[in-house]
Amino acid sequence: MTGVRKPVVSSAEPSVKDRRAAPLPVPPDEAETDDHQRKDHMMLLSRVAESVYWSSRYLERAEATARLMRIHTEMFLDLPRHVGIEWSPLLAVTGSGEDFDAHHGEATEDAVIRFLATDPSSSASIVSAVSAARANFRVTRAIFPNSSWEELNRLFLWIAESRSVAVDRRTRASWMDRVIRDCQVLRGLLSSTMSHDAAYSFMEIGRALECADMTTRVLDVQAGVLLAQPVASEGTVATYADITWASVLKSLSAHQMFRRAVRSGISGPEALRFLLRDPQFPKSVEHSLTRISRALLELPRYDAAMQRCAEVQRLLVDAEVGELAGEGLHEYVDQLQIGIADLHSALTETYFVRAAESVQRQSSDALMATA
Amino acid sequence: MTETRGNDLRRRQGAVNDDRAPGDIGVLSPVRWDEYTSDGCWDEMVADGKSRPECAGVAEHLASLSLQELGQRQKAAELAIEARGITFTVYSEAGNIDRAWPFDVIPRVISASEWRTISAGLVQRLTALNMFIEDLYGDQRVIRDGVFPADLLADSVNFRRQCIGMKPAFGVWAHICGSDLVRGADGTMYVLEDNLRVPSGVSYMLENRAVTKRVFADLFRHLDIHPVDGYPARLFDLLASLSPRPGEVPTIALLTPGVFNSAYFEHAYLAQQMGVHLVEGADLMVDDDDVVSVHTIAGPARVDVIYRRIDDLFLDPEVFRPDSTLGVPGLMRAWRAGNVALANAPGAGVADDKVVYAFVPQLIKYYLGEEARIENVPTFLCLDPVQRQHVLANLREFVVKPANESGGYGVFVGSKATDEDCELVRAQVEADPRNWIAQPIINLSTAPTLIDGSLRPRHLDLRPFILSGRTSYVTEGGLTRVALREGSLVVNSSQGGGSKDTWIVDSAGSGL
Repeated sequence: MTGVRKPVVSSAEPSVKDRRAAPLPVPPDEAETDDHQRKDHMMLLSRVAESVYWSSRYLERAEATARLMRIHTEMFLDLPRHVGIEWSPLLAVTGSGEDFDAHHGEATEDAVIRFLATDPSSSASIVSAVSAARANFRVTRAIFPNSSWEELNRLFLWIAESRSVAVDRRTRASWMDRVIRDCQVLRGLLSSTMSHDAAYSFMEIGRALECADMTTRVLDVQAGVLLAQPVASEGTVATYADITWASVLKSLSAHQMFRRAVRSGISGPEALRFLLRDPQFPKSVEHSLTRISRALLELPRYDAAMQRCAEVQRLLVDAEVGELAGEGLHEYVDQLQIGIADLHSALTETYFVRAAESVQRQSSDALMATA
Repeated sequence: MTETRGNDLRRRQGAVNDDRAPGDIGVLSPVRWDEYTSDGCWDEMVADGKSRPECAGVAEHLASLSLQELGQRQKAAELAIEARGITFTVYSEAGNIDRAWPFDVIPRVISASEWRTISAGLVQRLTALNMFIEDLYGDQRVIRDGVFPADLLADSVNFRRQCIGMKPAFGVWAHICGSDLVRGADGTMYVLEDNLRVPSGVSYMLENRAVTKRVFADLFRHLDIHPVDGYPARLFDLLASLSPRPGEVPTIALLTPGVFNSAYFEHAYLAQQMGVHLVEGADLMVDDDDVVSVHTIAGPARVDVIYRRIDDLFLDPEVFRPDSTLGVPGLMRAWRAGNVALANAPGAGVADDKVVYAFVPQLIKYYLGEEARIENVPTFLCLDPVQRQHVLANLREFVVKPANESGGYGVFVGSKATDEDCELVRAQVEADPRNWIAQPIINLSTAPTLIDGSLRPRHLDLRPFILSGRTSYVTEGGLTRVALREGSLVVNSSQGGGSKDTWIVDSAGSGL
């Protein structure tokens, strides 16, 4: 029902109690509505919560993948021909390198774009993400406003009939823009017409978690490559470092906000710090986690998930971002991703497990525990 | 009054140069009722080149449009259907395919006065059928009094022993029923069958109206067309009234087999319209106290009423098919203990049998002391040697149907059959006479339908929905299904059928 999911890494590390785990103080008049809200919690089915969460993740994934390809193409146009830009990093970011290699030959521009945009047999493609979002939306239609279903359905139908447009470099940017814009219109529609209830909280959590995940992936692949280059050298990479760092920021829609927040020029460590720790930028890992913890407060039984969330936040606080480079960055991002996967597992165990599945899940958990 | 209107139409159209075939670019082809005929059938819109009184307003409006304009409206309707994601699922060897819901923009019109009679007849029918079901699972007076043969009940595949002695609220077992109505060549409306198990189609009735309102907004302003959108609220009220915990806000769930079921669209649609939970079997559990709960993000929560859209045999693996994963173990325990209401009640399908159908007029007489207000199609029971002999000797004149199939499967139509088909059905009937009935072929009524840019008569039926509880409710009209192939009598959407919006129109107010 929920289609292909990213692999979830389970962790048995003891959890760390965090200051953020305590509920925020509630003003008296809001406390009075507490009863009403509790009823609302009881009435959100586990299955519905899970589908809402996944449809939100898939939607975010579609949008992020489109942005990634859009910016990579732009960078390709900016850089001189002899630099020779690779398309395989896009596969690495989306974690689909192995899947690509199994079915395709060389990672040429056309092959990679087709694989990530319009290939329905590729689970990393935009068309697969939108179709999975739609499938999850469909089974939970009852709780989404009708207009949002129509919006998503329209995007789905349009993608199906405009496949060739995505690959052609002349029309690619506008295709990607349309995907991004339609995803955002849908978000806007949901935010303004759907009750901000427990289901909405799961949507927020799904979106923020996918966003944090995507940001760490981009950093891991793109920034890792750049930081490995000797900054002081007169080589080509250093010459165009500004463009490439700007591309990393742009692929997360962070360029303009970065310039506003950070008054100096673009440097590796500054960009890294911004994308990991900026408290105000919506796609920073820090901000995503804050959104998750806020949304969790609206839900019952949030302790386990809140603890996992706090653990990832602790990683952010403790990191010496300025010193991260190459292998160090890679290891650090790994830690973050394990933390995010643990958070996902906590959400699943607390909120999504149903009767028929619990036996199965327990046994697979047991397998993992012994592995 | 209609006479004049008909003449007016002809005059107006006569002024238009109509030498060119429809579809010619640049020349608009008028809609001409005087050239429209439906040979040997009752047409719902037109008689002798003139519109029927209740259709006058619609016919006149259509005649003011060109066929090209109608084509554009049809296109607009199809786009709206696609955009709204109105689909139905076809099972095929290549997997399940979602198809856009087939829809014809020309509405099918029934007069309000005729509909009043039909509604009353449907309520009468369901009242008797519910009393019959209650009786079968109770004292079986109907058998002792010799009205319904005991051996027919003994052979029934839909009689559930597990339901004996149960007394559901208001004595109602079949809370939601979809009865199929057809009109014969003389204009008589017949009930063709009653679907008492898990009838579907009502969501398409509602969506057809929503689409028609978009494309014929102008007409709705000028005609008094009875609204249909009250259905979900009525259904919700009915379900709520069944709660075993009166006084508390009931928790209601619609139990679906899941997204791969052909009617899943409808399940999701109704759950959304009513604001109830759409659940699958795995979402529910029954504890040792025989109470049904649903898994929520805050833990289990009690469920009071389940509108189940899965067949009896899949409901509860503890009682029925043990291999069923669609249902909920223990659901029958909970129902028997009175802790949860199920709609329709398990076992209600015993009256959804084409052999029982043949007895409905007698059942109405027996339980209510009244004559049936809507006629049955004359039905021959193959179980009876004399009737069987007659059917087998005149196979070409009959439709022969298995007693317990739905969706139009296994139906033999004598007039279209090959010699081999005849031999096959003869062998089947002789092997298991209880399971076969025969009815004279009814030349279903037609209505104008937009086919390749022109209006052609196509056969149709009508499925209204009847709600029974403390009170009864009948939809305003229902789902009209239309056979899009010329001459075809098969209206099922899985077999090339389409649909139309159905308008119950106050004739008095039909002037433009």
